[in-house]
Amino acid sequence: MTTSDGDVARIAHGIRTRVFEHVLRNGEGYLSQALSSAEIFALLYGGVLRLGPVDGPTAPAPFTGVPGRGNASYRSGDRFNGAPAPDRDRLIFSPAHYALVLYAALIEVGRLDGDALSVFNQDGSSLEMIGAEHSPGVATTTGSLAQALSQAAGIALARKMRGETGNTWVMMSDGEFQEGQTWEALAFSSFHGLDRLRAVVDANGQQCDGEMCDVGEIEPLAERVRAFGWDAREVDGHDLGAMQAAMSEGSDRPVLVIARTNPTQGVPIYEDKAPLLHTLRFASEEEKSRFEDAYREMTEAR
Amino acid sequence: MEMVTRPHVQNFIDWSKDRPEVVVLSADLTNSCEVGKWRDTYPDRFISAGMAEQNMMGVAAGLAREGFKPWIHTFAVFIYRRPYDQLAMSIAYPNLPVRLVGFLPGIVTPGGVTHQAIEDVAIMRATPNMTIVETGDATEVESVLDVTEEIDGPVYIRMLRGRLPRLFPADEPMRLGVSRELRSGRDVTILTSGIATEEAMRATDVLAQHDIDATHIHVSTLKPFGDPLIEDAITRSNGPVVTLENHTIVGGLGSAVSEFVTDRGLGRRVVRMGLQDTYAHGASKQYLLEEYGLDAYALVHRIGSELGRSLEVSREEVSAAPVEVAASAVNAESL
Repeated sequence: MTTSDGDVARIAHGIRTRVFEHVLRNGEGYLSQALSSAEIFALLYGGVLRLGPVDGPTAPAPFTGVPGRGNASYRSGDRFNGAPAPDRDRLIFSPAHYALVLYAALIEVGRLDGDALSVFNQDGSSLEMIGAEHSPGVATTTGSLAQALSQAAGIALARKMRGETGNTWVMMSDGEFQEGQTWEALAFSSFHGLDRLRAVVDANGQQCDGEMCDVGEIEPLAERVRAFGWDAREVDGHDLGAMQAAMSEGSDRPVLVIARTNPTQGVPIYEDKAPLLHTLRFASEEEKSRFEDAYREMTEAR
Repeated sequence: MEMVTRPHVQNFIDWSKDRPEVVVLSADLTNSCEVGKWRDTYPDRFISAGMAEQNMMGVAAGLAREGFKPWIHTFAVFIYRRPYDQLAMSIAYPNLPVRLVGFLPGIVTPGGVTHQAIEDVAIMRATPNMTIVETGDATEVESVLDVTEEIDGPVYIRMLRGRLPRLFPADEPMRLGVSRELRSGRDVTILTSGIATEEAMRATDVLAQHDIDATHIHVSTLKPFGDPLIEDAITRSNGPVVTLENHTIVGGLGSAVSEFVTDRGLGRRVVRMGLQDTYAHGASKQYLLEEYGLDAYALVHRIGSELGRSLEVSREEVSAAPVEVAASAVNAESL
């Protein structure tokens, strides 16, 4: 896919405004994740990954039951990332709490219908708040965080055994580096030479209880990851040029792009609520109206 | 009775030969799980995960999503205890065809509480999409591989290793959902699985010498549970149902039978023998079987007391009872 910087910037802006609008309409929601990761998703879907066209309709399907014997109507949400092919890339979405951001990204790149967020978190919808693998764009069920990297390693290993040339990508959140499984997966992937495994982490330094440095420090992340045999690349997660370069350059090792991001990027008044930025809830009508003003400023900025 | 040494070793190698989709994952227990020679035979299909079971579950899931058939070989405790969330969310929920071969079921190992899988069946039964089969002898260790072929989802195998008796004829393989009626009688219905079956075979011989005629059924498919043969046997008998398992009595075979009896309104008392809601400790298998009342002697006396009979049977007498290869007592048509 060839996309200019302008297009990627437009996608990122679209993700931010779309999620912001939804959170305002909904009265609460995961806003900081969109503000920090908009450029990451814009680059994954709009510039870096080689994905096939959506496999099937772009309309979101209603929930049709869980995978299992006897459920012939089950269909994975991975189809929104296109059918797998040896030379194509895969995208394994890990932090399921970013589902709203993922859906917004799919809409911005035309992989999901424009009005799909109207069924977000609605009963009977596949656009669940914390997505599972029937949700659009979701390949694995990773609401219990830090399980995607291992699965992506298994997929990358299978593809390596078959001699496939496509990359297997994982979009991660930094909180997942507190889980032991992540470090098991890092060790496994370098030990098995999975040089076509790529991950990008939204290092926004935020988690449910507050700032990661106060809850459970993971730094120095790049040094730790390098010590596990990975090629770690630390960049400003809002700098499209630097991100594009870091995500595109090849390596003889598995690659982790550490995108240093700001959880209030584009909405400076949100900093007032720090350090509790995991979900946005309005304390008063007055506060809500200040965020509405910020939303207007953001939309008029384009 | 024929004893077979490490039947899984060569059998699994032969079985895998024309199945290139079969890969083995091991977490540093390769020889302990009898796949060292498999690794040397198919090095390109062997994946050393190191001592990292959470990651191993995810890697197996990824391989399965790509069309491989991953066969995880490790001790049972390291399949369902340490990485349960990964097992449930990465493998069971998506119904992936991962084969979880769990060695050291129950109290067969002197490795103690950390190595003894005593509640694995309970946890796996409670896990949606999971199929559970348990091997009871060399014939079942050899034939369980074929059983998995018809299951398009995860399978948990309670596996035996080392020197094993051949209790069932080599030409009577394990079949999914099909139990083995080893003896027929009207006084009591005994259901056993795994190594408990050998104990019960000894016990039913001794009981017969004391005019107690038992029906004895060996169960190898623990989930889904519900072979019609079991309902027939229970309703044919006048007596209670007794289960004996190498597992806690909570959630395993005894619970499955109790649920079966209640669901179908069969109206029989179910006596559950096994570990009585306790952990065990490190000691020899025979010592632990005696200590926790899982052996033939305990079964003989429990059935005697359930039937109101005080049996003058010594431990030596029970141990001396010969166990012969047992063909199924019922023919194929009646299954």
